[in-house]
Amino acid sequence: MKPGVKGIAVNTFRESARNKMFYLLVFFGILFALSSKLVSFLTLGDAMKVLKDTGLAAINFFCVLIAIFTGINLVYKEIEKKTVFNILSKPVSRDEFIIGKFLGLALTMLTALGAMAVIFFVFVAFNGGGFDAKIALYFFMLFLELLVIVAVSLFFSSFTTPILSFIFTVSIYLIGQIIWTYNEFKGLVTVPLWRAFTQALYYLLPNLHKFNIKNEVVLGMAINPWSILYAVLYALAYVLALLAITILVFRRREFQ
Amino acid sequence: MKALEIKGLKKTFRSNFLLKKYNILKGIDLEVEKGEIYGFLGPNGAGKTTTIKCMLGLLIPDAGEILVDGQPAALATARRRIGFLPENPYFYDYLTARELLFFSAALFDLPAAEVRERVAALIHRVGLSGHEDLKLRKFSKGMIQRLGLAQALVNDPELLILDEPFSGLDPVGRKDLRTLILSLREAGKTIFFSSHILQDMELMVDRVGIILEGAIRRQGKLSELISRSTQYCEIVCDRISEKTLAQIQPNFACRDGQFIITLASDADVNLVVESIIHNSGRIVSVTPVKMTLEDIFFNEMAGGANKPPTSRSDGTGGPNRPATTGDRQ
Repeated sequence: MKPGVKGIAVNTFRESARNKMFYLLVFFGILFALSSKLVSFLTLGDAMKVLKDTGLAAINFFCVLIAIFTGINLVYKEIEKKTVFNILSKPVSRDEFIIGKFLGLALTMLTALGAMAVIFFVFVAFNGGGFDAKIALYFFMLFLELLVIVAVSLFFSSFTTPILSFIFTVSIYLIGQIIWTYNEFKGLVTVPLWRAFTQALYYLLPNLHKFNIKNEVVLGMAINPWSILYAVLYALAYVLALLAITILVFRRREFQ
Repeated sequence: MKALEIKGLKKTFRSNFLLKKYNILKGIDLEVEKGEIYGFLGPNGAGKTTTIKCMLGLLIPDAGEILVDGQPAALATARRRIGFLPENPYFYDYLTARELLFFSAALFDLPAAEVRERVAALIHRVGLSGHEDLKLRKFSKGMIQRLGLAQALVNDPELLILDEPFSGLDPVGRKDLRTLILSLREAGKTIFFSSHILQDMELMVDRVGIILEGAIRRQGKLSELISRSTQYCEIVCDRISEKTLAQIQPNFACRDGQFIITLASDADVNLVVESIIHNSGRIVSVTPVKMTLEDIFFNEMAGGANKPPTSRSDGTGGPNRPATTGDRQ
């Protein structure tokens, strides 16, 4: 790894790790995951399923929040506070800067998710659930999803304000969760131009449903290994493509 | 080979909405020799920072060439030889001074042992010993400026680019910075710095370039610029009657019982001095006054090198009082 990329990645991670908001979100993620025990008391049915269902949903929610809130500020703050001058005036290319930022944030997400995951595993085991490999797979898939979200927020952060980045990233996240239903409804779109447009959006926007295996994990259903492999390749391709576009945008940026 | 060469540098900015063009740099040409201190002088908005940002690849020039030690400045390898202190620097406030220097060094891929040694030495050199583990959010502006200089030196650069390095420094800080810059020149480094503080510049620079409205208006060795400029001589005398003096030299001023005669050329000086002594007058002082950098600068601002120097704004009637215009008071 190039020294510039490594230095920026480590510093980005350090920045997140010294942010109180980061700890607050991780804390609430853990708190809500653990409070799934309360929900399981109040609900009829398999308590362990409810515990897993609500616990994983809480971890998912707070990890997505961390990814969005950290990502939208990432590049913008560097430009706004002019700290980017100190980095780009050194032998660091703009490509390395973006890659370093992405890797730093990926490391941040890995740490946040790792901390929540370890506590959740212990919690499940403590409640008689034992070690469930499918939960580990769920966290892996969630991590892939977070990488896509981080890449999206980084893309917007490279050329717009945090507020707009937040709106765009949240919109894309929400659309990404339901975009898989497009194939069910595309027959309703009859105008050719409109159909071509929606079709293009379907392929351009991230299909985050590919990373969601919660039902399989909670209900103990079989997981198709090919769908996992496909999701890995999809995340890889999407992140690389988005990083390439971010780099192209960032190369043209001027720092006045 | 020059330490820095800029040829025909042009830069235009566009307003966001109307796309109106603003020509910020209109063809900058300048050369910086190795081992010299080059002062880049200009008022606010003249294009100093824009030129520097083009040198460092923070702005993309419309036209022109920038070479650092013969290499295009756009290359990352060229920036390996450069140290840069931005104007009003801002650093990550969650880091300590030591962490920032380690982070800066990490971007250069220097050996770990060398980095440790260099960071410790730099902290001492810029006067931040005892504060190295303090978070930067607790640093004063002067301390940030010192740290900015330390991070600019972390790669032991051949060329140091300082954008308004004296802004925000108290007199002690300014003196320390001057001493540091001069010691760097002694060590063979090339220093390019922009400023609009003329006094600091005049004390240090070997060569100066004056930029106005995006173009270099004057460039050269400071000693040559000053000696080539118009000089005048100020004679202060007393113990002579006003009437007698008026016969020797009709234009003079009177202040605190002493007469002040301002002459345009050295040839007149001997004659006037002899005449005063001959008439039992006493010569208090004879001061040949050279143009200062400030005079040259304001001359350029006024639009021409040959115009007489303008009056000093502080009203002290100092060296840039118009020559041969001494008047009776």
